Amino acid sequence: MSASISASRFFRPAPDEPSGTTVEIGGIPIFLQTDDVDFRAMIEQRYAGFVNSASTPAGQLEILLHPPKQHPVEDVRVSRSGPVWRIERGDFRAEFDLRSRRGWVHQSPNPYSLDAVLRIIHSLVLAEEGSFLVHAASGVRHGRAFVFAGVSGAGKTTMSRLAPPDATLLTDEISYVRRSGCGYCAYGTPFAGELARVGANLKAPLAALYFLEKGPDNRIEPASGPYAVRALLRNILFFAHDSDLVARVFEGAVEFVSRVPVAQFVFAPNERAWELVQ
Amino acid sequence: MSEKYISRSKSVAARTLGGEMMIMSAKDSTLFSLSEVATLIWEAADGHTPLSEIVERRICAEFDVRSDVAYRDAEQLVEELATRGILSISSRPVPDAQGPAVEAP
Repeated sequence: MSASISASRFFRPAPDEPSGTTVEIGGIPIFLQTDDVDFRAMIEQRYAGFVNSASTPAGQLEILLHPPKQHPVEDVRVSRSGPVWRIERGDFRAEFDLRSRRGWVHQSPNPYSLDAVLRIIHSLVLAEEGSFLVHAASGVRHGRAFVFAGVSGAGKTTMSRLAPPDATLLTDEISYVRRSGCGYCAYGTPFAGELARVGANLKAPLAALYFLEKGPDNRIEPASGPYAVRALLRNILFFAHDSDLVARVFEGAVEFVSRVPVAQFVFAPNERAWELVQ
Repeated sequence: MSEKYISRSKSVAARTLGGEMMIMSAKDSTLFSLSEVATLIWEAADGHTPLSEIVERRICAEFDVRSDVAYRDAEQLVEELATRGILSISSRPVPDAQGPAVEAP
């Protein structure tokens, strides 16, 4: 006599197994744990291309949802107690332990809060290894990555729009720069700017970082080391007035400038600007 | 004249880049660049060498300047750096003074 046993019985998740989605940005997979089916679906849609269920999470963030409500508009506050970082803004509260790489966020079911928390967590993790998130567009051309940094209005979106067909856009807003051996790699990110387009999920060795400035023509001008460090620090995302973190970010910026070509990119808003990006 | 002892703040990060000393305050993320002379003084600020000796050995030995003028300028400089939290000034040697490691990349 044979017994018929459904295979699904063996593959059904254990009752206590957390449900969620692993989102891998910059080669760092973080398991976003949520029991809310709709919010999980939103995550999988918003971070499409960065969902990687096959990877082993390097960190975990438990998402605790509360009903939507009006929040005062306020700046984010980031503070540290030992290895635990506390991140607060009107629309969310979160804690993340950098040692165990685990934490939680208490937020309403909107994607912007999660975006902000993820950006901050990644920036904290990256600072430990001398890497960073930077206000910059970036793209890959001929197998090498180029980063175009600048504050709002400097031309990040314009350069992204002007990208030729043989260039792959990594992001039009926030670039992910990570140390790799003796150099650096740029990664695609899902953090979109005005283009509202998620970047490609790939990485490439970083060829150069340019500080954008609109002008009458296209030219690349060398930037001195000290100038480059100052300009880079103005564009790196870091949120905490924590002495260890500030020192790490500063050291990371100096190290980067000493290893990667950094220049001023004066560009006219036309397709010919990309002719200099080779 | 009472001696002054200067020590580098522990809450700054410093690196030399392109021959320029860059110092970042960890308290408020302010970035400073020091001139050549200021860099010599900052590097010598070990907490137990008197300022007068620093001026004699590091400034007067390298620059064509009278020691009283150099000392007066150095006093002004260290007071300004102290105001900005980069240095601290003491009337006695500071036994456990230690500043940030300074490396040229």
